[in-house]
Amino acid sequence: MAANPMSQFDVYRIGPEIKVGAFDISFTNASLFMILSTVSILLIFNLGSKKNSIIPNKIQLLAELSYTFVSKMISDTAGSKAKPYFAFIFSLFMFVLFCNMFGMIPYTFTVTSHIIVTFVLAAFIFIGVTVIGFIKHGFGYLKLFVPSGVPAILLPLIVVIEIISYLSRPISLSVRLFANMMAGHTMMKVFGGFVISLGIVGGWLPLSFSVALTGLEILVAFLQAYVFAILTCIYLNDALNLHH
Amino acid sequence: MIKKIYFQSIFFSFFFIKEAFAAESGGMPQLNPEFWVSQIFWLILTFGIMYLVLSKLILPKISNNLESRKSQILENIEAAEKQREDSDAKLKEYDEIISKSKLEANGIFNQAREKALKDISAKREVLDKQIDNEIAEAEKEIDALRKNAPDKINKIAIETSSELLQKLIGAEVNNSSISAIVDDLSKRNGDKYYGN
Repeated sequence: MAANPMSQFDVYRIGPEIKVGAFDISFTNASLFMILSTVSILLIFNLGSKKNSIIPNKIQLLAELSYTFVSKMISDTAGSKAKPYFAFIFSLFMFVLFCNMFGMIPYTFTVTSHIIVTFVLAAFIFIGVTVIGFIKHGFGYLKLFVPSGVPAILLPLIVVIEIISYLSRPISLSVRLFANMMAGHTMMKVFGGFVISLGIVGGWLPLSFSVALTGLEILVAFLQAYVFAILTCIYLNDALNLHH
Repeated sequence: MIKKIYFQSIFFSFFFIKEAFAAESGGMPQLNPEFWVSQIFWLILTFGIMYLVLSKLILPKISNNLESRKSQILENIEAAEKQREDSDAKLKEYDEIISKSKLEANGIFNQAREKALKDISAKREVLDKQIDNEIAEAEKEIDALRKNAPDKINKIAIETSSELLQKLIGAEVNNSSISAIVDDLSKRNGDKYYGN
């Protein structure tokens, strides 16, 4: 591995180059970790839902706790109307969580540390939420940009701000996740590099930081997945319940 | 403290990145569009398959499991409640039976006692009567004996005296004169001989 802290984010081809028309859809290390994450999610939840015992075993408990955790999160933030979107938000949360957590294993690749991946997810959410909003409320959905109880003089300004904030949602959503992942992993790599360069004499301090940072990064990995999912719920809530 | 170090090191790490990449092709690998299409393609593929499998197969099963557990627990609680009520009713019934049978036993005991007492008193009456009768008879007999006793004694006295006189005198004495004397004596001394 190179000493360059950014080389951990390099995407490289595994196997032959696959081209469909002008597009290169080769299998890469990013694809590998996407598949690993999804396969482990499906494996765990398949095992956790196979048997229906009254007293759940460990893996069943894990699956059921995740289920109730996400379902509570959705019903708390977006209400009962969001129930049809439960499966999507559950998948989203689990996918981001597993990609983040896989990235915590040394020598792995963090799928969510790439802006394009998080941006595609965020853009899909943004478009989906907007479509749902317009289907549910028609052009009444535009009332989202006109908050009630604002003086008429301020209204044009507020509307512009609201529109900008609405349009920046996919960017903030994707950049938040990507930047957190990239910064954390870069920092860990930098501290790891310090351990090597300072050697046996001075390397202990950055090593202890590295240990602490690993704990912090695991927390961040969970927290960012949670934030990603809960922001999706909040956007969904705006589209479904439209009270401003 | 940790937060401060965290942000400082992020800040410094970006410096480091800039230095590191100054000589190389530059920028972050994230901004290299070479594999963007590939990443989008694989993301949609894997996420799509995962979403389909989760939403169609796995999540309904989990929600089913949770529901069935919930309903089973509720059922069990209901059954337990019912059984408790049943046992309460049975306990009441048992208590009633016990108190009833206690009363019954008391009644039977009293009845038996009364009957026994009655029997005893009836028997006693009969016996008393018998005893009274016997006493009366005995008294009668005694009375009769007492009444007859002086006559017999007189008779014996007359006979004895007549024989005595015959031996002494050698002549017969009229019995009637002797009896008159004995009667007279017994009348006079009767009290002395027979009491009363």
